[in-house]
Amino acid sequence: MQRIGVFVCHCGSNIAATVDVKKVVEMAALEPGVVHAEDYQYMCSEAGQAKIDAAIKEKNLTGIVVCSCSPRMHETTFRNAAKRAGLNPYMVEIANIREHCSWIHKNMEEATKKAVILARAAIAKVSLNTPLQQGESRVTKRALVIGGGIAGIQTALDIAEAGYEVDIVEKTPSIGGRMSQLDKTFPTLDCSACILTPKMVEASAHEKINIYTYSEVEKVSGFVGDFTVDIRKKARSVNMDKCTGCGVCQEKCPSKKTPNEFNRGLNTRSAIYTPFAQAIPNVPVIDREHCTKFKTGKCGVCAKVCQAGAIEYDQQDEIVTEKYGAIVVATGFDVIKLDQYDEYAYSQSPDVITSLELERIMNAAGPTKGHLERISDHKAPKNMVFIQCVGSRCADKRGKSYCSKICCMYTAKHAMLIRDKYPDVNVTVFYIDVRTPGKNFDEFYRRAVEEYGVNYIKGQVGKVAPQPNGQLLVQGVDLIDNKQILMEADMVVLAAAIEPNKDVRKIATMLTASIDTNNFLTEAHPKLRPVESPTAGVFLSGVCQGPKDIPETVAQAGAAAVKAIGLLAKDKLLTNPCTAKSDELLCNGCSTCANVCPYGAISYIDKEVNDHGIRETRHFAQVNSALCQGCGACTVACPSGAMDLQGFSNRQIIAEVDAICR
Amino acid sequence: MQELVTRAKELLADGTVVRVLGWKRGDLSYNPEPAYFNSQEELEQFVYDGFCGANLSKYMIEGSKKEGKTLVFLKPCDTYSFNQLIKEHRVDRDKAYIIGVGCRGKLDVEKIKAQGIKGIQNISGAGIEEDTDTLNIRTIYGDKTCTYGSAMLERCHVCKGKEHMIFDEEIGESKDTKDADRFAEIEKIEAMSPEEKFAFFQKELSKCIRCNACRNVCPACSCRKCVFDSNQFDSAQKANVDSFEEKMFHIIRAFHVAGRCTDCGECSRVCPQGIPLHLFNRKFIKDINELYGEYQAGADTESKGPLTSFTFEDAEPGIVVERR
Repeated sequence: MQRIGVFVCHCGSNIAATVDVKKVVEMAALEPGVVHAEDYQYMCSEAGQAKIDAAIKEKNLTGIVVCSCSPRMHETTFRNAAKRAGLNPYMVEIANIREHCSWIHKNMEEATKKAVILARAAIAKVSLNTPLQQGESRVTKRALVIGGGIAGIQTALDIAEAGYEVDIVEKTPSIGGRMSQLDKTFPTLDCSACILTPKMVEASAHEKINIYTYSEVEKVSGFVGDFTVDIRKKARSVNMDKCTGCGVCQEKCPSKKTPNEFNRGLNTRSAIYTPFAQAIPNVPVIDREHCTKFKTGKCGVCAKVCQAGAIEYDQQDEIVTEKYGAIVVATGFDVIKLDQYDEYAYSQSPDVITSLELERIMNAAGPTKGHLERISDHKAPKNMVFIQCVGSRCADKRGKSYCSKICCMYTAKHAMLIRDKYPDVNVTVFYIDVRTPGKNFDEFYRRAVEEYGVNYIKGQVGKVAPQPNGQLLVQGVDLIDNKQILMEADMVVLAAAIEPNKDVRKIATMLTASIDTNNFLTEAHPKLRPVESPTAGVFLSGVCQGPKDIPETVAQAGAAAVKAIGLLAKDKLLTNPCTAKSDELLCNGCSTCANVCPYGAISYIDKEVNDHGIRETRHFAQVNSALCQGCGACTVACPSGAMDLQGFSNRQIIAEVDAICR
Repeated sequence: MQELVTRAKELLADGTVVRVLGWKRGDLSYNPEPAYFNSQEELEQFVYDGFCGANLSKYMIEGSKKEGKTLVFLKPCDTYSFNQLIKEHRVDRDKAYIIGVGCRGKLDVEKIKAQGIKGIQNISGAGIEEDTDTLNIRTIYGDKTCTYGSAMLERCHVCKGKEHMIFDEEIGESKDTKDADRFAEIEKIEAMSPEEKFAFFQKELSKCIRCNACRNVCPACSCRKCVFDSNQFDSAQKANVDSFEEKMFHIIRAFHVAGRCTDCGECSRVCPQGIPLHLFNRKFIKDINELYGEYQAGADTESKGPLTSFTFEDAEPGIVVERR
C-alpha cells in the first residue's frame, strides 16, 4: 500500500486568494492512501522543501503530491527535494492548482472544488507510480544551422569560435540571405554588403564551419544530443572544385529570360547564374527548369566556354547523412504576397513596388544600377508615396495581425536616402503609428522628418489608381487634419508585411518543433527561454521566431549559439525515464508502433516464449529506451494495448480520469 | 470444384503441402464451414460453392504455426486480408501455398429467406462452375426460385474486383459482381442529423448479444489477447450498464481496425443479429480516402498505412475537416 503525502502551496496569494487551501488539505487527507497532508505559504522555498523532506522521513512516504504551480515551473524542484529525502524522484506528482485553477477562476467555492478534484487525480495517479531510473545518452559534438542568412552565419560563427564543428545548410546557391539584398542599414546608413560580406567570408573560411549551399534538410531523426539529419545537396550541375568563378558561362548563356529572384524579379538573369557578385561560394548553378540544355537537350554553350571543364550536366542530387548534437533554425523570412491587396494596384502598375524591391533599385548592383527610376518608363520620379503597414497589424484575414517591426525604420531610411540624393523628390509617408523603440531609432526618424523634410501623414491609403498619363492617383486620409487627401505620385512603395519563410512548416514538422498560427517558431518560454524551442536540442535564431531587425537578429543568433554550445559542452545527457515499454505477452508484432514512432526507437526481435505451455517463436516489439522520447504515439496506436508509457501508463491516466469523474 | 480437389490431392501427394485449408460440407446445403484437410480421403468432404463466403486468411495465423506448408484457397477479396496479415507479421508467407479461386459472388441464405422462401431443404444452382443466374430452392412448401444476384451478400454488390492480390496459382474464372456504390449507404448516414445518427446506431447496436462472432472472424482483429478480454484493462467481461453499452465495443473495435480493415465484410456476414457492422469500418475507409488519398488496405504487403505514416501533405489533425 502506498503512503502518500499531499503538500498544498499558497503561492502567497496566487493560489490562496482564490482557492481555500485548508479545505484542499482537509479533502485530500480523506483520499485512500493519503497519510499526510499539509499546506504552506511557499512550498518551493527552502522551508517548504524542508517540510516535504521531514514528512517523507517521518511518515515513510512512498509517494508525494504537490498541489502548486505548473510542473513546468517546479516539478524539478520537488523531484530533487524528494530525491534528497531518499524517495525516487518519479514518485512525485504535481497537481497544477495555479495556472489550471486559481489564475483562471474568480469564484472561490468553484475554484476550491476544482483544486480538490485536481489533487484527487494526482493522488490517484501517484498511487500507481513506480520508481523510475534515468539513463544516459551521448552528445554528438557538432551543430547544424538551418539557413545561411545573417542569423545562421552569426550563430555558426559563434559556435565555431567555441571550438565545435558547425554545418550550415542553405537552400539558395549562396549564403547571405535577406541582408545581402539590402542596400543600406538603419540607423547608421552603412552599406549592408560592406558589413555582411566580411561575415560571409569569415564563415566560409572558418575551419570549423562547413557550408552546404543549394541544399535542403530532408529528414531529421534522433533527439537532443544525437540527431541524424539527411541533407539533400541539389544537383548544381557545376563542379564546385573545378569552377574558378570566372563568370564567362553566365555571360555566354543564351537563356537570359529568367526572372532574377535576387532582384525580386525586377530584371532577368541567365539560366546558369550566381545570385549576386559577392556570392559565397562563387560557383554558379544551372537552373534546370529554365536551361535550354535541360529543356530540349540542345545548347551546351556553358560547357563549351568553361575553361575549367566544370560544367557537369549529369550531376545528380546527393543525400548526405550527418549526426548533430544541436540544431539551430535560422530560416528567416519573406515579404507577403500582395495579390490580396488590389487596392494598392501592385499587380496593375510596375511603379507600385515593395520596399524590398526599392532596396534593389537603390542598390548600385541592382537592376537600375542604383538610379532611382520608375520601372515602367525609366523616368526619375518627382513624387513618391510610401504606404506603411501593408498586411501588418491587419484586422482582417488578408494580412497578419502582428507588427512587422522593421518597416517604420526602413521607410524612414528610404525616405532619408531619397531626399538626400534627390532633394527635388517629394516624399510622403502614410502611417498608422511610427514605432521607433530601439537605440538611436527615434533620433533617426526625427532626422527624416526635421532635417530631410519627409512629409509624414497619419492615416491610411484607401486606393492607388493608375492614371492614363502613367501617374498613380493616391487617395488617403489625414487623421490629424481630418481630411481626405488626393495626390498624384510617380512611384508608390508598399511596406509589405514580413512572414516566416514558407519552408518553416516543413522544417518544424521534421524537428517536431512547434509553430504558432503565423508560422513563427514558438519559444520554450516567451520571456525566460526565448531562443530555445520546446523541443530539446532545437534552438531559434532570427526572424523565424518573430519579426526583428539586424541588431536584434545578431543578438539572438549569439544567444542561440550560447545555448547550443552549452549543450555541446556536455559529454552525457540524462535521459527521461518515462519511455515506452512493450508487454511481450500482449504484443502481436504487427509493427504499427514502429511505423508511428518518430524517433525510430522501436525494433523487432524474434524470441522463443513459453505462453501457458505453448512454446513458440514470436515476433515482438522492443523499445530502445535511449532513443524513446516518451511521446506516447505508440501507446495509442497499439491495437492490443501491449505498448505502455512508463510514468504515464494507461492505467494511471484512466485512474486520473476516474478520480476526476468520481 | 473438382479441379480444386484434384489439384489439392496432387499437392498433398507430391509433398508441396502437408494440409489443405478449405471449406467442408455442412449439415445443410447452404452452410459449409472452414476446415483443415490432412489427407486425400478427407478431401472428399471438400466443397466450394456460392455459400463458401468464409474468408480463410485469418485461419492462416494458426496455419503458419503448424509444421510444413498449408494449401489455402483464397477468393479475390480474401487476398487483401492475407496481404494485410503478412504486413502485420501475423502470417508467414512461406508457410502458405495459395490457390486463388474464382468467384461469382457469395450467397447469403438470409437474403433468400427475406424473399419469403422458408423451410429450405436444398438449394441448387450455387455451384461455382454453373452458368445459371437462377437458384432452385427445394422447400417443404414446394420448389421455389430466386435470382443469384438477389441472394448475394452486400459485400459482393460492392465487389473489389476479380484480381487476386497474392497467389501461387489461380484456378477458375471470376465475375465482377459490382453493381452498387460502396459508399452510398455511408453518405446517407452522413446526411443524418446527430440525433438521427444516434437513433440509427442505437437501433442497430442494441441488437448486439456480444457473441464476439464479428471479432473472432475479423482478420484485422488478430491480437493475441483482445483488450476486451484482458484483465489489464477495465473493459474485460464488463456488464452492460445500459442497453446501449455495446456501442462502445463496436466503436472501439472500429477504431482498432481503422486503416487496416480491408472491408472484407466478414463481420456483417457472421453477425447472427444481422447488424450492418461494416458501416463503421466503411465510414473510416471513406474518411481515410478523403483525408489522405485513396487507400485500400491489403492491396500490397509493403506500403505504410495512411494512419501510421506521416507526410507533409497529411491533413493537419488540429484542423476540423469541413463536412457536408
